[in-house]
Amino acid sequence: MGTLIDMMSKVFAKENLPSKNLAKERLQLVIMHDRASLSPDLVMKLKEELIKVLTKYVEIDEDGLEVNLDRGDDSVALVANVPVKKVRRV
Amino acid sequence: MESKVIVVTSGKGGVGKTTTVANLGMGLALAGYKVALVDADIGLRNLDVVMGLENRIVYDLIDVVEQKCRLRQALIKDKRNDNLYLLPAAQTRDKEAVKPEQMQALSQELKEQFQFILVDSPAGIEQGFKNSIAGADAAIIVTTPEVSAVRDADRIIGLLEAAELFNPQLILNRLRPDMVRKGDMMDISDVIEILSVPLLGVVPDDESIIVATNRGEPAVLDKNSQAGQAYCNIVKRLEGEDVPLLDLDHPGLLEKLRRLMGGK
Repeated sequence: MGTLIDMMSKVFAKENLPSKNLAKERLQLVIMHDRASLSPDLVMKLKEELIKVLTKYVEIDEDGLEVNLDRGDDSVALVANVPVKKVRRV
Repeated sequence: MESKVIVVTSGKGGVGKTTTVANLGMGLALAGYKVALVDADIGLRNLDVVMGLENRIVYDLIDVVEQKCRLRQALIKDKRNDNLYLLPAAQTRDKEAVKPEQMQALSQELKEQFQFILVDSPAGIEQGFKNSIAGADAAIIVTTPEVSAVRDADRIIGLLEAAELFNPQLILNRLRPDMVRKGDMMDISDVIEILSVPLLGVVPDDESIIVATNRGEPAVLDKNSQAGQAYCNIVKRLEGEDVPLLDLDHPGLLEKLRRLMGGK
């Protein structure tokens, strides 16, 4: 019996919260993520330029190059994985 | 006054872009400006039916850009107002049939004859959207107080910025004061806080819009329409006038009576 009442009160507590607060919170989160993502177009451009700079110093596997945005709870990091074939001796 | 091409866009479909274009266009024409409405939703044209001009189409936007006819042959004069013209979209072609450069050229040509050119953008963020913003000097974003519409509006704001179309203004459409009061709908400040763009106007959810669309008569022509009144105010703001937002919370008995009597 106790659990049933607990469950009921939980359900009603949630329903009593104005739903717009929920909408706003969810929107703010999802928009934060949307804004922090790179478009495929931009990723392509970034890769091309990265390759240009990197190949000055190292010989890389261009097809294996990966660029991603890693999202933490309150931070975003640009992570690039660059397979190196050979280091150029300058 | 310098001629201005304004694109009306939203990302999400069904939030009221076409209705907004029809009403602002008619409102501006009533205020005495020469206005052209361009339906850039190739393949899914609707501005013609919302304006009640669907029976007058001979040529369309694609015919103009492909030079199958002159611009003035494709422009349909509104049946109620001589200042207002519509350039309909093609219905049997797709969005790839036009290029952004062609839209820019078309905008330039329209600017020679009209003071306001309103472009009705298709939903989405693909070629049709890119075409619709190509010749624009300014953008109006239409959204409703719903999560999906606001999220899409935010995407659009980012894309407009990337396309160097800065300082878009927002129209918050279909607001329901009763739901806002109960806390079941985001209010004006919530949406503005999330999107951080300036507000051009708020249009209440109003049955008169559906009736107006059924008839093909923009609601600004209906003195008793609250949404029509909201569009009138937006028109004044576009003219540079400082008009307060409609008081949607308290359309008291007196106000209702005054509206019934046809007063403002």
